[in-house]
Amino acid sequence: MSTAVKADPAVPAGSASPLSTRRPLGDRGFQILALASGLLVLVILVLIAVSTSQQASSWFSAEGLKIFTNNWDPATNQFGALAFIYGTAITAVIAIIMAVPVSVGIALLLNEVVPYRWSRPIVYVVDLLAVVPSVVWGLWGILVFAPWIQHIYASIASGVKGVPVLDALFGSPTSGASFFTAGIILAFMITPIVTSLSREVIATVPQIDREGAYALGATRWEMITGAVWPHSQGGVVGAVLLGLGRAMGETIAAALVIGASPVITSHLFAPGYNMPAVIANQFGEASGEFRAALMGLGVLLFVFTIIINVLARGVVERSARRKRGA
Amino acid sequence: MTATAVSGQAPDLREPKGWRSTKNRIMTVLMVTSFVLVIIPLGFVLFTVIAKGASIISWQFLTGSPIPPNVLPAGIGGMWPAILGTIEITALATVMAVPLGILGAIYLNEYGGKGWLAALIGFMSDVMTGVPSIVMGLFIFSIWVLHFGYSGLAGAFALGCLMLPVVIRSSYEMLRLVPDSLREGAYALGATKARVTVTVVLPAAIGGIVSGSLLAVARAAGETAPLLFTILTVTEANTNVFSGANTSLPSQIFSNASQPYTGAQDRGWGAALTLIVICFVLMIVARFVTARFTRYSR
Repeated sequence: MSTAVKADPAVPAGSASPLSTRRPLGDRGFQILALASGLLVLVILVLIAVSTSQQASSWFSAEGLKIFTNNWDPATNQFGALAFIYGTAITAVIAIIMAVPVSVGIALLLNEVVPYRWSRPIVYVVDLLAVVPSVVWGLWGILVFAPWIQHIYASIASGVKGVPVLDALFGSPTSGASFFTAGIILAFMITPIVTSLSREVIATVPQIDREGAYALGATRWEMITGAVWPHSQGGVVGAVLLGLGRAMGETIAAALVIGASPVITSHLFAPGYNMPAVIANQFGEASGEFRAALMGLGVLLFVFTIIINVLARGVVERSARRKRGA
Repeated sequence: MTATAVSGQAPDLREPKGWRSTKNRIMTVLMVTSFVLVIIPLGFVLFTVIAKGASIISWQFLTGSPIPPNVLPAGIGGMWPAILGTIEITALATVMAVPLGILGAIYLNEYGGKGWLAALIGFMSDVMTGVPSIVMGLFIFSIWVLHFGYSGLAGAFALGCLMLPVVIRSSYEMLRLVPDSLREGAYALGATKARVTVTVVLPAAIGGIVSGSLLAVARAAGETAPLLFTILTVTEANTNVFSGANTSLPSQIFSNASQPYTGAQDRGWGAALTLIVICFVLMIVARFVTARFTRYSR
C-alpha cells in the first residue's frame, strides 16, 4: 500500500518490486496490527489475574486457608468468605435448575415444532430478555417482584411446616429478598444465552436422523428423545455450564435482591449474600485489609468462572468436533 | 451417526398408540409453556418500567441538573448528568473496543488460519466473554484508578474490556461467511492481503459486523458493576470524560433502587425507562442494519 503504483504493467499493483518477494510495509504493518489486537485478549486476561491477585495478596497471605471459614466481620478484621461462596453456589444452582428446562424447551420449540417464519419473532422476544439491563432486573426485583413473591413464600412455608426436608429448605421466610428470589431473577437473565446455545447445538442435528426416526413411525417427541437428544447432549451440557458461569458472576441484580446477610443456612427463602453482591455493596467504603479481602473474592470469582468457562467451551468444542468427524 | 443412534434410547414403539400421541402432545404443550414462562416476566418488567417511568419522564427530568439527593421528591432536578455520563462513557468504550475487536477477528479469520495461536486466542476470547463484569471493574480499579483516579475513561476501559470479546466473536462469525472466491478474485488482480481484507472482505461483511457491535454496545450501556469503582457516582454533570468522577444511568438506578424514599424510587424508574429505551433503540438499529446490509448469511 505504501508503494505507489507505477505505470509499468510488469509490476503488479501493490507489490514492492518485480524481483523482490518481500511484502510491502503496509501489508506487514496491517498483519502486525491485527495480531496485536488478537494478543490483546490474552494480555488482558493475564493482567486481570496478576493485578487483582496482587491487590488481594495480603488477604490470601494473612488468612491462609481461613478464607474458607464462615466468619466475615470487617469491624474486627475477620474475613472468612465461606458464606459468600455458599451463596454464590446456591443461587447459581437455583437459577440453573429453573432456567435449563425452560431454555431447552424453547430451543426444541424453535427447532422442531414451529415453522421458520414463527421462529424469528420468538428469538427476538427471548433476546429481549438479554437486552434488559441487569440493574433494571434488580430494580424490578426489589421493588415489585420481592414484595409480591413474599406472600407465596409464606404460604409455601406454612404448607411444608413439619415436613422433614422441605421444612429445612422452604421454612421460615423473613422477607422477599432471599437466595430464592435472587435465583429466580438470575434464571430470567441466563435463559437467553442457554437458549441460543442449545438452539445452535440442536440445529446441527442432521435432518436425515430426524427423517429416519419419523420413518420408523416415531412421534415428534420420540424423534426428539431418540434422534435429536443423543446428538446434542454434549453441547447442551456445555450451554448449561456457560449459563452457570453467567449466573455466578451476575452482580447487580443479585446485589439488590439477595438480602445482604452473610449466613450459611439451608433455608432458601432466607436472605443471603453472594460473592459479586458483597463486592458491589461493600467495596466502596472498604480500605486496607478489607479492600484486599473483597479484591480476593474477585480473584476467587474470576478463577471459578474461568474454570467453568474453559470446561464449557471444551465440552462444546469437543462435541462439535465429534459431529464434524462423524 | 451409528454411534449416536445406538447410544440414544430408541423409542419403544410397542407402547399403545394412544399413549404415545398423548405423550407427544403433552411435551409439545410443555415446550410452548416454557416460552410463555419467558414472556410473562419480560412483559411484567417492561410494563412496570414503562408504566412507572412514563409518569416521571419529562423534559426537565431528561435535561435537568444536578441529580437531587435521594430524600427529595421527584420533580426536582433531573437525570442529565447520568444520561450524559452514559453516552460519553459508552461512546468512548465503543471507540476503543470495536476497532480492536474487528482487527482481532481479522487476525483470527484472515491471518491465524488453523494455527495454534489463533485457536488459543479464539478460545480465550470466548472464555473472556464469561468473565464477570464486576471482576472487570476490580481489574480497572487496580491497574488504573489506584494510579490515576476515578474518571469516565476508567469506566470506558472497563466497558471496553467487556465488549472486546463480544465484538471479536460476532465479527469473526461474519468474516467467516465471506466466500473465498471474493478473496481469490482480488488476489488475482494483484492486491496485497491487507488490501484484500480492507477493501473486499470487510465491506462484504460490514452489515453483520456493525449489527454485532451495536448489540455489544447495547449490553455495555446497561452495565453497572464495572462502573461502580471506576467512575464513582456523582450528581453534577461532568463533560470531561478523561478526568474527574462521573456518573451513569445504571449507577443512578442502582443507588436509587434500594432507597425507601418514593422520590428516589420514582427517579429509579424514570432512569430505567430512559436506559431501556437507549438499549432497545440500539438493538432495533442493529436489526435494521442486519436486514438491510447483510450480504452473506447462514
